Amino acid sequence: MSRRGRTLWLVGLLLALVVAGGVSWYASSSPDGLEHAAEQAGFSHRAEDSATADSPFADYLVDGEENRLSAGVAGVVGVVVTLGLAGSVTWVVRRRSTSSGRR
Amino acid sequence: MHVPDGFLDPATSLTTGVLAAGTVALALKRARTELDDRTAPLAGLTAAFVFAGQMVNFPIAAGTSGHLIGAVLTAVLVGPWTAVLCMTAVLLVQAVLFADGGLTALGTNITLMGLLAVVVGYGVFRGLAAVLPRTRAGVLTATGGAAFLSVPAAALAFVLLFALGGTVDVPVGTVASAMAGVHLLIGLGEAAITVAVVGAVLAVRPDLVHGARGLRTAATLEDRRPTAAGAAR
Repeated sequence: MSRRGRTLWLVGLLLALVVAGGVSWYASSSPDGLEHAAEQAGFSHRAEDSATADSPFADYLVDGEENRLSAGVAGVVGVVVTLGLAGSVTWVVRRRSTSSGRR
Repeated sequence: MHVPDGFLDPATSLTTGVLAAGTVALALKRARTELDDRTAPLAGLTAAFVFAGQMVNFPIAAGTSGHLIGAVLTAVLVGPWTAVLCMTAVLLVQAVLFADGGLTALGTNITLMGLLAVVVGYGVFRGLAAVLPRTRAGVLTATGGAAFLSVPAAALAFVLLFALGGTVDVPVGTVASAMAGVHLLIGLGEAAITVAVVGAVLAVRPDLVHGARGLRTAATLEDRRPTAAGAAR
């Protein structure tokens, strides 16, 4: 990666970590569009708990603890895991560069 | 927008699951044309960024909130096939680790946000980009329009799925009218965030933006062949 490309990548990652680990604490907790519509149309009672509801990171908190640290850690974990998963899949399926001078 | 378990019957969930799996399998092959040593790192980062963005629900009217989907953001930045893979990764992590979106509804959520929002959004983007000037402003206008429409499109697709396989017998018009207004508003937020992010990347590395390849070609031709470009003027 070029130097400018690396800078862009690092700034982007930092931004994602700050958003998920810090800004998300201030997110609106009102029902989202689908939840709102489900209440209005009368089918919200059919929502079931996910099979993963006992996950230590369920609801974007660590062990369900509602504080800034717990939410921040959950957000950072999510960014890192998503980056690892999507990053490795896209890296594996990419076109390998054929020109010998590129690396 | 994340559909929980229990809203759709097993047959519908299974159908969307098969559709999602088939699309992801196809995307694993086709994304190759969009990804190389330069763009693959941006794809992973974009997925991580979309995960972060989806955590931040913004308030909209009447005690309701919405959050970024990120399908158009990803498709314009790294290409539509890669966007299918990135959105799937985000939705998988959310469902498995964070209990956001049901496990049996994972195929539905991938179909709505990872497939339909990408196909409709990227289609609208290409359509608008074809008629708008090939400038940065043109690309961003097409991006904003596509991002805006991708949200009500995904919402409408949910309405159709619920009409086909909803677990409660609610008239389709009731579901549609409950979904429409809020998701039009959420679409405005989607457009604002998407234009801001794509605009920022375009400003520093336009060559990395999949949806701006037309611009890149023009710039590259001028950079590499100043005499030919000069002679053509």
